[in-house]
Amino acid sequence: MGYMCNQQTQLLSKIATDNGHGENSPYFDGWKAYDSDPYHRIENPTGVIQMGLAENQLSFDIIEEWLLKNPKASICTVEGMSEFRDIAIYQDYHGLTEFRNAVAKFMGKVRGDRVVYDPNRIIMSGGATGAHELVTFCLADPDDAFLVPTPYYPGFDRDLRWRTGVQLLPVDCESSNDFKITRKALEAAYEKAQEEKIRVKGLLITNPSNPLGTVLDLETLKSIVTFVNEKNIHLISDEIYAGTVFGSPGFISVSEIIEEMECNRDLIHIVYSLSKDMGFPGFRVGIVYSYNDDVVNVGRKMSSFGLVSTQTQHLIASMLSDDEFVENFISKNSEKLSTRYKRFSSGLYKAGIRCLESNAGLFFWMDLRRLLKEPTADAEMALWRLIINKVKLNVSPGLSFHCSEPGWFRVCFANMDDETMEVALERIRSFVRKEVSAKRQRWQDNLKVRLSFGRLDDPHMRSPHSPMPQSPLVRART
Amino acid sequence: MLSSKAMLDGHGEESPYFQGWKEYEKNAYDDIKNPTGIIQMGLAENQLSLDLLKTWIENNQDATRLTNNGESVFRDLALFQDYHGLPAFKNVLAEFMAEIRGNKVSFDPRKLVLMAGATAASETLMFCIAEHGDAFLLPTPYYPGYDRDLKWRTGVELVPIHCLSSNGFKVTKFALEEAYQQAKKLSLNVKGVLITNPSNPLGTTMSHVELDELITFTVAKKIHLISDEIFSGTVFENPSFISIIEAVIDRKLEKTDLWSRVHIVYSLSKDFGIPGFRVGMIYSNNERLVSTATKMSSYGLISSQTQYLQSKLLSGKEFREKYLEENRNRVKERREMMVVGLGEAGISCLKGNAGLFCWVDLRNLLSSNTFTAEMELWKKILHEAGLNISPGASCHCSEPGWFRICFANMSQETLKVSMERMKAFISKQYCCM
Repeated sequence: MGYMCNQQTQLLSKIATDNGHGENSPYFDGWKAYDSDPYHRIENPTGVIQMGLAENQLSFDIIEEWLLKNPKASICTVEGMSEFRDIAIYQDYHGLTEFRNAVAKFMGKVRGDRVVYDPNRIIMSGGATGAHELVTFCLADPDDAFLVPTPYYPGFDRDLRWRTGVQLLPVDCESSNDFKITRKALEAAYEKAQEEKIRVKGLLITNPSNPLGTVLDLETLKSIVTFVNEKNIHLISDEIYAGTVFGSPGFISVSEIIEEMECNRDLIHIVYSLSKDMGFPGFRVGIVYSYNDDVVNVGRKMSSFGLVSTQTQHLIASMLSDDEFVENFISKNSEKLSTRYKRFSSGLYKAGIRCLESNAGLFFWMDLRRLLKEPTADAEMALWRLIINKVKLNVSPGLSFHCSEPGWFRVCFANMDDETMEVALERIRSFVRKEVSAKRQRWQDNLKVRLSFGRLDDPHMRSPHSPMPQSPLVRART
Repeated sequence: MLSSKAMLDGHGEESPYFQGWKEYEKNAYDDIKNPTGIIQMGLAENQLSLDLLKTWIENNQDATRLTNNGESVFRDLALFQDYHGLPAFKNVLAEFMAEIRGNKVSFDPRKLVLMAGATAASETLMFCIAEHGDAFLLPTPYYPGYDRDLKWRTGVELVPIHCLSSNGFKVTKFALEEAYQQAKKLSLNVKGVLITNPSNPLGTTMSHVELDELITFTVAKKIHLISDEIFSGTVFENPSFISIIEAVIDRKLEKTDLWSRVHIVYSLSKDFGIPGFRVGMIYSNNERLVSTATKMSSYGLISSQTQYLQSKLLSGKEFREKYLEENRNRVKERREMMVVGLGEAGISCLKGNAGLFCWVDLRNLLSSNTFTAEMELWKKILHEAGLNISPGASCHCSEPGWFRICFANMSQETLKVSMERMKAFISKQYCCM
């Protein structure tokens, strides 16, 4: 097997055999613990609770209710069947007109109708994953770089770099000012690239932020737009969580900013998806919205590599053209997120755990610095292993988000039901109680805890795209 | 401002293959609204058997209505983004692929990697196998889309294996060797050969002899062999279709290192006529490649909604068999209509047994034996006869005068109209010559 494996490996490209897929990050290691021992309220009440998955499972009831009332949205129902043929043969990379119109309208509604989006600037892609890669291929050559404020979504390491050969350079953000993106940090990152003779082609921001759960304030946004204009580099704004804002301050999109200030619009691009706002990661609805005509033109041609299934385009078009449904969904979804957030954050507060104050996203940015033996990456890893192994919660260590300071963890709250949330809270409460009273003893134990997570050649490695091995769809063989 | 890839023409849309489409879009034929418009004969789509799919869905509402035995599966589907794909879907796909090949070979669902269309599958194979600047050899004529799919973002070069009309465009040992040497002259590192079998645009299946030569060649050079078998379900008569996997087994090479260098690309777009649903896949015996390609499929997974529908549609063996048989019959019938229609105009086609098109010989109509003359003829057919057909040059054919004409993407009536137009055009040409 070893010999064959080596042989097989030698035949393949460097891309195929390096670690560019990024699945050796601890972000993905945590899945294994969950996979082998998943929590189930009845069948496995002591199993690991999945809190590393930024999914929105709170609003399916609203959608299912709409589906029952609108059978025409599916081309497989008697009511919707008349469209089957036209939909099945349509492979035009422009996408169905009604799909683009509906998505453009939805994006506007998510921004409180403060912006109007042009359906002709919408490009489809294979989820936000495909969208990011597509934009990168359009804007940068191999060895070019994008600046990315830390902490950032670990998937970017793969999405933007793996097959494109592009580099990601961190813009360090610090807890001392709540991880705000400062002009100083942007300049420092840019200068460093210049010194290393790396050509910077753009800046990638995620707003609302993953993993912080915060929105960018007006001043920061303006500063960012000024910065990219001065350096004549692109700005890619990943607004995938735009519809998950549940409290103030409100969300300000880059689309709004460019209406209010001088800006070369050819530099501005948005990545979006329905995976988070609506909870549809399975449907692979990724969107690139660019203000640059050339990018729209080329990007559209490139989208052939990851078009959205017309069956899904048709469903989404029907759903998002229903104004009443959309308004109801956006407001109810926000309410549910708010309720969940408040319950969880008050539970954490009572347990003595601080989180970064946030108003968006599907997660908390938890501050566990005081539980570290020392402010180091090793100490963070040790604490993380403890949380997975002893507390049985799969949370994501800040290290995997390239956070510059150890001790922060991302904890997801929207991918479970209320009961599971209570169990998770109780485990956290209990853990903190014991930790505070027996800290030294526990650190000695930590050193003995060895978890062997498979690395490069482990066939069971997971990524965000294999998050639910417990899904009934995976168990079903027929 | 943008990347080099964005600023050059790697998308290949300046080729007549795509230009013709654009002309069609500006003035599309409609039997009632625009009877003098351009008839699209440059699109290899299968619109012949969609009614069979529709009927099945109508009769199996429970299966497809996002319910499973009355319970809603919507939520599970909406959340399902596992790049390993829906197991139920892969299982039936493996069975279906075996049935297309007369069950002479079997497929392991674990070796299947699903992705959004054959376009994504082909590109992914390049990323997995070749470095920027490496080369793949392709028999000509070949599908124009490969220039984009295989080269654009990967930086891979394509070197033609010249196939000639003198032997029915068959791949020969000589042509393979010549292409390999040409690549060497250009200082290109050859990583493999990619064949399309059944062939687009020829509409023929590869012979045992050809497959043997290919295998011998790839064994000797220690390179990969990719077989795009996207039209495998359209083979309607002998010679029967021989999949590359079958050919390798026949040579008793499945326990050698060649086995891990053979890969298949497949899709449901042609056999089922559902290109909009983006259902493509790679099949490979190379574990490492399967693992990497699976991760890469993240850039273009198949919508879970579509995987679910297809898993239900393909779940019945009886339906699959019935569909395959009926589809083949309809393809055969439709092709015959075109061959007869062209024959009445004095035009001959390469004898074919598969695909959704004819490879048509219009060499006699060229003003000179040049590609310039071919381009002139193409434009005339487009503007005077109102037919968008694909010139051989866009398929990298080595000889001018051959055209691909599709017959399965329109109604019978439209095909009749197109044949009338062709006859009228041809007689006018002969009159004026």
